[in-house]
Amino acid sequence: MGEFLHQLASGVALGGVYAIMALALVMIYQATQLINFAQGEMAMFSTYFAWKLIDLGEPYWLAFFATVLVSFIGGVVIERLIVRPFANAPVLASVIVFIGLSLIFNALAGWLYGYSVQSFDSPFTGKPWFGAGYMSAHESGSIVVTLAVLALVYAFFRFTPLGLAMRAAAQNPVSSRLVGIRVGWMLAIGWGLAAAIGSIAGMMAAPIVYLDPNMMGGVLLYAFAGAVLGGIDNPFGAAVGGFAVGVLGNLIGAYLVGDEVKLSVALAIIIAVLVWRPSGLFGRRLVARV
Amino acid sequence: MADAENALSLLVTLAVAVIALAFPFVASGYHIYQGAQVLIFAIAMLGLNLLTGFNGQISLGHGAFFAIGCYGAAILMTKFGLPYWAAIPAASAVCFVAGFLFGFPALRFGGLYLALATFALAVAAPQILSYTGFDAITGGSQGITLAKPQAPIGLKLTSDQWLYLVCLASGAALYWAARNLARGRIGRALIAIRDQPIAAETMGVNAALYKTTCFGVSALYAGVAGGLSAIAVGFVSPESFGLSLSLAFLVGIVVGGLASLGGVLFGALFIEFVPNIADQLSVNFGESAKALPGAIYGALLILVMAAMPTGVAGGARAATNAVMRWLASSRPIEVANDGGADVAAKYEGKGESP
Repeated sequence: MGEFLHQLASGVALGGVYAIMALALVMIYQATQLINFAQGEMAMFSTYFAWKLIDLGEPYWLAFFATVLVSFIGGVVIERLIVRPFANAPVLASVIVFIGLSLIFNALAGWLYGYSVQSFDSPFTGKPWFGAGYMSAHESGSIVVTLAVLALVYAFFRFTPLGLAMRAAAQNPVSSRLVGIRVGWMLAIGWGLAAAIGSIAGMMAAPIVYLDPNMMGGVLLYAFAGAVLGGIDNPFGAAVGGFAVGVLGNLIGAYLVGDEVKLSVALAIIIAVLVWRPSGLFGRRLVARV
Repeated sequence: MADAENALSLLVTLAVAVIALAFPFVASGYHIYQGAQVLIFAIAMLGLNLLTGFNGQISLGHGAFFAIGCYGAAILMTKFGLPYWAAIPAASAVCFVAGFLFGFPALRFGGLYLALATFALAVAAPQILSYTGFDAITGGSQGITLAKPQAPIGLKLTSDQWLYLVCLASGAALYWAARNLARGRIGRALIAIRDQPIAAETMGVNAALYKTTCFGVSALYAGVAGGLSAIAVGFVSPESFGLSLSLAFLVGIVVGGLASLGGVLFGALFIEFVPNIADQLSVNFGESAKALPGAIYGALLILVMAAMPTGVAGGARAATNAVMRWLASSRPIEVANDGGADVAAKYEGKGESP
């Protein structure tokens, strides 16, 4: 039983990382109906930035917030410079551009920071805040950070004028433009927010999966699975889905198939959802207009 | 003008054929091996281009089908004692079925979900292949070692030369098949589904059947390439089939030209030699040169999509068209716009034939 609870707890902690990663994906999907395949590598690159700052002697939380800010700016810049020119291109072109972006970030990280695996210290040391005996201090801290991010994102979109404007721009760009919302900038801010949230996911994942240029491959895959399970157009669903696939992946990996094929669990979840319920648990069913 | 263009394309095809045939008799052993690799990549990309370029279905996981072909052939040869000329077609048939089945869930939603599912497949493939439960068949993380096939007795060829010629013959046959497929009714249906799915269905095109079959055929091509790669390398191991292989195929068809069958040869040369050159540079620049192929691939993907969405093949075609037009305009002949420019402006839809 203790072992089971331990697996469950670490599943929830990992699930939190997947949940905020999935949230970042959904944020871009809602605005553009595109899935950002570069989200994982962007988060990885941000995490390296934080690692470098800490390595230079900055305190953790300063590095943390500096990284979030820089990632936000980076996301906005990427949207303006690289994604914007393909706004009206076919889906295929956008996917190819995202893949190109991910390759570039991967190469850049390898070039700047090397390919060897680095350890990334957790800010949470000593005794865990809760769940002592079943989870590590980092896992408990990571869950708290995840919940804080989810609450902040919810509050931002629900209670601030900018959040409202962004939701309007995503739902109905034409009308939004008519009432004076700068839709283009809303998209750019969306990219910035997604990059910032992704960077938090990266920094929470790094103490668990260690830091190397390919660290986010598995995390991104699980985030995809979470987003698809919860419904790719629903932020709430994506968060729930992220937690669900974190727990599912851990339990199935530990008790059914073995940890070595954990990635295949994500693959199986994705395919199963797409076959049986393509809109996910909470997603809107898509109706094509002819 | 159409005659002149046909003559030109025939000339280019002949020249490529002559060079490809003469190559194994003038090059050294290792270069012949590299040549075979290029042909193998080209075969896989022919399949991917049929799927992605012509039919508009995005696959980020063709490395996995390549792996099925590779492992299929290796297992049939080592465990069941089949000769390679029987093992490769059998393994490709398995790939066709696998691709056909994988195409099914893809039918119900847009191309983005297919990209997602195939991406997941590509990431998970090495783990599945090295799964300890399959150790007895797949050799686990150790992989399988194969004996390289020898040339039939009576032919005075080295093993490398023979393998190259086998790859060349398969490649030529598959190119011919893909060209016929793309030029006829089926090709038009595939393109129609890509560009105007609803209109295509209204015209009576069975989109579901075409899409799944196209996925199957595309996987079959990847399977043949995988099988050939198994005997050419003489060794298969899970690590060679990661996401990077699948992405390399994508890079190849984008650089060579989406919906261009001839362009795959250029794409294959590109993905074979860019990592090679980077390896050589790493002697001078140390570990950071490892980042070079990824950086070049990534930058090129974005640049090509932005500046030359039709790839090298499209660029070459546009250049010849421009020259032809210039030549024609010096004579007082009416030069009808054959629509080539309009189509190229989007991204080339008609494949090889304008």
